[in-house]
Amino acid sequence: MNDTTLPHIVKGGIGASPKRVEDRRFLSGRGHYTDDINRPGQTYAVFKRSDVAHGVIRSIDTSAARAMPGVVAIFTGDDIAKAGIGGVPCGWQIHSKDGSPMVEPPHPVLAQGKVRYVGDAVAMVIAETVDQAKDAAEALVIDIDPLPAVSNMIAATAEGAALVHDDAKGNVCFDWHIGDKDAVDAAFAKAHKVATIDLVNNRLVPNPIEPRAAIGDFDQSTGEHTLYTTSQNPHVIRLLMGAFVLQIPEHKLRVVAPDVGGGFGAKIFHYIEEAAVTWAAAQVNRPVKWTCERSESFITDAHGRDHITHAELALAEDGAFLGLRVKTMANLGAYLSTFAPSVPTYLSATLLAGVYTTPAIYSEVKAIFTNTVPVDAYRGAGRPETTFLLERLVDVAAKTMGMDRVAIRRRNFIPADAYPYQTPVALQYDSGNHEATLARCMELADWSGFEARRAESAKRGKLRGIGMSTYLEACGIAPSAVAGALGARAGLYEVANVKVHPTGSVTLYTGTHSHGQGHETTFAQLVADQLGVPFEQVEIVHGDTSKIPFGMGTYGSRSLAVGGSAIVKAVDKIIAKSKKIAAHLMEASVDDIEFKDGKFTVAGTDKSKAFGEIALTAYVPHNYPHEELEPGLDETAFYDPKNFTFPGGCHICEVEVDPDTGVVNLLNFTAVDDIGRVINPMIVHGQVHGGVAQGIGQALLEHAVYDETGQLLSGSLMDYTMPRADNLVNIHVGTESTMCTHNPLGAKGVGEVGAIGSPPAVINAVVDALRDYGVTHIDMPATPQKIWSIINAATPRMAAE
Amino acid sequence: MYDFNYQKPAAIDDAVKALGSDPEAKALAGGMTFIPVLKQRLAKPSTVVDLAGLGLSGIRREGNALVIKAMTTHREVANSKDVADAIPALAHLASHIGDRQVRYRGTMGGSLANNDPSACYPSAVLALGATIRTTRREIAADDYFQGMFTTALEPDELIVEVSFPIPEKAAYEKFPNPASRYAMVGVFVAKTAGGVRLAVTGAGNNGVFRHTAMEQALSASFSPDAIRDVKTPEGDMNSDIHASAAYRAHLVGVMARRAVAACG
Amino acid sequence: MPQVKLTVNGKPATAEVEARTLLVEMLRENLHLTGTHVGCDTSQCGACVVKIDGKSVKSCTMLAVQANGSEVTTIEGLAAADGTLHPMQEMFREHHGLQCGFCTPGMVMSAIDLVESHPEGLTEQQIREELEGNICRCTGYHNIVKAIAAAWPLMHGRELPQAAE
Repeated sequence: MNDTTLPHIVKGGIGASPKRVEDRRFLSGRGHYTDDINRPGQTYAVFKRSDVAHGVIRSIDTSAARAMPGVVAIFTGDDIAKAGIGGVPCGWQIHSKDGSPMVEPPHPVLAQGKVRYVGDAVAMVIAETVDQAKDAAEALVIDIDPLPAVSNMIAATAEGAALVHDDAKGNVCFDWHIGDKDAVDAAFAKAHKVATIDLVNNRLVPNPIEPRAAIGDFDQSTGEHTLYTTSQNPHVIRLLMGAFVLQIPEHKLRVVAPDVGGGFGAKIFHYIEEAAVTWAAAQVNRPVKWTCERSESFITDAHGRDHITHAELALAEDGAFLGLRVKTMANLGAYLSTFAPSVPTYLSATLLAGVYTTPAIYSEVKAIFTNTVPVDAYRGAGRPETTFLLERLVDVAAKTMGMDRVAIRRRNFIPADAYPYQTPVALQYDSGNHEATLARCMELADWSGFEARRAESAKRGKLRGIGMSTYLEACGIAPSAVAGALGARAGLYEVANVKVHPTGSVTLYTGTHSHGQGHETTFAQLVADQLGVPFEQVEIVHGDTSKIPFGMGTYGSRSLAVGGSAIVKAVDKIIAKSKKIAAHLMEASVDDIEFKDGKFTVAGTDKSKAFGEIALTAYVPHNYPHEELEPGLDETAFYDPKNFTFPGGCHICEVEVDPDTGVVNLLNFTAVDDIGRVINPMIVHGQVHGGVAQGIGQALLEHAVYDETGQLLSGSLMDYTMPRADNLVNIHVGTESTMCTHNPLGAKGVGEVGAIGSPPAVINAVVDALRDYGVTHIDMPATPQKIWSIINAATPRMAAE
Repeated sequence: MYDFNYQKPAAIDDAVKALGSDPEAKALAGGMTFIPVLKQRLAKPSTVVDLAGLGLSGIRREGNALVIKAMTTHREVANSKDVADAIPALAHLASHIGDRQVRYRGTMGGSLANNDPSACYPSAVLALGATIRTTRREIAADDYFQGMFTTALEPDELIVEVSFPIPEKAAYEKFPNPASRYAMVGVFVAKTAGGVRLAVTGAGNNGVFRHTAMEQALSASFSPDAIRDVKTPEGDMNSDIHASAAYRAHLVGVMARRAVAACG
Repeated sequence: MPQVKLTVNGKPATAEVEARTLLVEMLRENLHLTGTHVGCDTSQCGACVVKIDGKSVKSCTMLAVQANGSEVTTIEGLAAADGTLHPMQEMFREHHGLQCGFCTPGMVMSAIDLVESHPEGLTEQQIREELEGNICRCTGYHNIVKAIAAAWPLMHGRELPQAAE
C-alpha cells in the first residue's frame, strides 16, 4: 500500500486484519445454508431430467408415478404452459453487426416440446421424502425421440448442422463486433511481422462446494411467496422471477439467500428450479424443497468459458504493437443463461488493449447455441478469456520478434503518466502502474535467477519453465447508463442502509451478498473506520429482500468498489445529519462542527459530543432541532459507479515438467496485484489465493468434456479434476496499489484478479519449459497426457528410448 | 438409494447362509465402492449383509508368508509393523489407496472381491502370487482375477484372508488418475526365488494383468534398463478422457522402470 | 425400521431410520446437526467428514446402521462447553483458513485427525497430501495448510518438529 489518505483511526478499521466475524459460526457448525432450512410440512422435489442431448418429447405418462407412495404432485411442461408461466429471462441483450437483436429463444421452466441438453428438466416430482420422489421419477414413462445433437461449436456451425433452436439459423445467437476494422487493416498493412495464435479457452464447471438448493414456501393467508435459495443476488432473483416468470409483485415475494457456500458466478443466475419450487409451493400449498446433488449440478449449473479464438498481432520493427485482430466463437449452451451474452462481448473484447498501447483493435464474436448446459459467467467472466489470449499472444509475439518476453511487454506498457487512458475498445482506464507490479513481482519470484534453476532441474532430467502475465481487468461494473447502452437490462448500482441504534451500535444492510468474501468483517471495518465506533458494534446484514431496501448482489468483484461506496455514501449522510444534531446540542454553527475519531467538536473550542450521545439524542429528541430535522439516525444510499474499476498486476509461475510422464509440477506462484485500496489485507490475500487456485485449476487440471452425442464425460468429481491441496503450492502475494480515482474508497476489487491473471502465467511457464521442443502454444488444461503427447511427437526417438 | 434389509451376522457361516439363500443379497465390507454404487441406484440388493461383525481383521506371519484377513483396513495394512517388515511395498501401496478417510474404512477383501480395474490391491496380489483363502477353498491369484469386476468367487463365497509369499524385493508405483486418484496405471513388481512377477492395474482393458514380456526380461536382468525396450501392446490398454491407450502403454513402461528402480 | 444408537458429541442419540439412511442423513435430518455438510455424491469432497471412534470418516459413505454403537464427534462437538474453540478451529480462524465455510466442518474434522495421528510431526507437503480427501474451492488451501501447521503445537503441547517426509 502506498496511500495514507484515510486515517487509520479505529482498531479493526481500514488497513487492519481483524479475524473474521463470520468464522465463529462457520467453524462451529452453526452456518445457516439453504439445505439446513426445513419448513413445517415440507415436501421434496426431484427433477426428472433428459438423458439425451436433443429430442422431441412425444409423451410423458405420469399415471404410474402418481400412484407411488408419498407422491404429492407431478408437474410437466404442459402444466407450466397451462399456468401461463414465462421462461426464465436473459438479462443482457446484444445486437449483431447488422443491427439485428440477438436470437432469444424462450427458456421454459420445464421443457416444452423438445429437450435441448442432457440435464434439461422434463418433469418435477414432489413427494413426502426425497427417496419417494426419486422412486416416482423412475416410474415416469417418458417417450423422447432423439434428434441429432451438436455438442460443440465446430459441429454446431458445420454445414447442415442440427438446429438447437429453429429460429437461430446456423445456431448463431448473434454475430457482434467492436473496434475499428479499417484502422486494424491499415496497421497490418504496415506491419514488420505478425504474431498469430489459435486457441481454445477450456470449458469449466464452477463447482462451489455447496450444491444449489431452493425452498419454495407460500402463505395462503397473506398470499406471500418466499424463496430460500443459494444465490449471490437475491434481489435480482426476485426481480427476474417475480416480474418475468411467475408474475408475482415484489411486495408478495421474498427471496432469502442465507449463508451461501461459494458461488464463483454459478449462483448469480436465475435458474428454473427456483421458479419451479416457488410456483409449486403455492400449487400444493406446502413448502417444496429441492437440493441438488453433485452429479446433477454438473449438468445444470451454468458452465464457464468455452471460447475458440484466432488472433493476430501486427508488430513494428521495434516490437511495438500496431494492431490486434481477434475472431472468437463463444459457446452459449442450449439456452441463454442470465448474463451469458455479456461475457464474450462487453466483459471480454473491451479488455483487448490489456496493459498495452495497441492503437487499433478489432474483434468479432459469434455466439453459438449447442446442445450443452448453458454457459455463463464463471469467476472472471470474459476477462480470463481475453487475458489468456492476450498474454499468450504477447509471448508468441516475443518469439516472433526474437525479443525478450519482459522487454516486449515493457516496450508496449501504457506508461503510468498516461492515465487516464482511453483504449480503442471503449474503455477509459483511470489508474495503474504496470511497471511497479512487474518489477515487484519479478523481484519476489527471482526472475533473474531462473536460468540457474533451470540448469539445476535439467541435471535431474526435468524441464523447468517460467512464465508471466501482465494483465488488467475491468470490474465493479458499471455506470448503469453505460451498461444500459451496452445491452444490460438492469441497473448496476448498489445500495446501503445504515441504521444507527439509540445506544450507538450500528446495523448495516447491504445489497451485496457474501458467500465467502467476508463482507461481515470488511464492511464492519469500513463503517467502524468512518464512524469511529468499535468494530464489534457494527453488524452486517445481507441476503434477504424483506430486510434490505434493494441491491444487485455480488459478482464481478463489485462488492467493495460499488457496495462499499454505497456504504460510504450512507455513512456520510449519517455524519451530515449528526453534525446538525451536534451543532444544535453545542449551540454552534454546523459549519464549525468537525467529526474525527468518533467525536463531534466545535472548531477552535474544547466542546465535544461523542457519536453515541448524538445517536441517543436522535432517538430521544428532547433537546432537538425538530423544525429542521426528523428524529432517528437511519440513512440509505444508492451508489451508481462512474466508471468500471481496473485492477491489474503481474503473475509469475514456475513449473517443472517430468518428460517421462508429462506431469507438470507447480513450483512457485507469485502474484502482485494493483487492486486499489485494501481494507483487510488478510481477506485480500485469501481472495487472491483462491482466485489463483481456480486459475491454476483451469490451466492444469479442469476441463468439461462432452462427447459428440452431447453426454458430459467429465460429469462427476471422479472425472472432473478439481484442484486439491497437493496440486497447489503456497502462493506469494503482494499488492502495489494505485487508487481508483472515481469512487470514494479508491477500491478496485480483488475477487477475480487471481482467476484472471494466473492461467496465462502458468501456460507461458509450461511452454517455456518445452522451449526446446518447438512448442509455441498449449491449450488448457496442460494435462500429463497432453504434455507427454507433445514431447512424444516432437522427439519420437527420445520417448522410445 | 433403494431400501434393503440389513443384516450384520456374527459368524461367517451365517453370512454365507444369508448370501446363499437370496440371490439378490449383497455383502458389504468397507463400503467405499459399494455405498456410492447404492447411492447412485446402480444396484438394488434385497439384503445387505454387513461383514463387520465377523472378526475378520488382523495381520500375521505364517512361515514365509504374510497373512492378512479380509476385513483388515487399508490403514491397518499401511501402518502394520508386520507388513513393513515383510513386504514394505504392500504397506506403501495401502498407504496410497484413496484418501485418509477411505483407508480407515476400505478393506483388502472388499477391494479384491470388487476387482475394480483401477484398484491397487489386485496388482499386489497378482504380482506376489498370493493365495486367496475363501469360505470354500484356496484360489491362486492367477486363477482369481477374471477380468474387470469379475473374479472366481461364487455369490455366496467370501474371502477370509489372503496369504502373500514374502518376496526378496518388491515395489509398487502408481500414476493416479488426476480426478479420481484411482490408479490410471499401477505397476507392482516382485522378485522372488521363483522368478520375477510384474502386474499392472488401471491400464488394461480387461482389468489387472501380468506383463509377461517384462517378467521375462527382468528375470534375465533385474534392472530398469532391462525393460526399456519392452513394448506394452496399445490394443490391450484402456482409454478415456484422461489417458489414451498409447499414453497408458507408455506409462506402464515408466512406472515399471520406476518400480524396479525402487526395489533397489 | 432399524434403531440406531450412537453417542454423538458425548450425548446418547437414538433414531429409527431406514436401512438405507446414510450416517450424514441421520445426523442432519434426525439429530438436526446441520454442521456436517454434503458437497458431492461420489465420496470425493469431504464436506461430510466426522469422527467415528476417533477416526475421520466420510459420513456420506457410511450407513447409519453401520455406525450403531459408535461414538461420533461432529463439528458441533468440538468447542468446550464455555464456547472456547478447539485449537484447530481457533487456528482456522487465526489464519483465515475458511471463506464460504461449507467445506470447513469436514476440513476441520480431517485436520484434527491428521494432526492427532502424526505425533512425530508434519511437513507442509504431508499436510497437503493428507488433505487429499477434502476439497475446498475458495481458499486455494494456502491458509488451511498454515492453520493445520499452527494447530499442531497447540494440540501436542510442543514445537512442531520438521519431520522427515
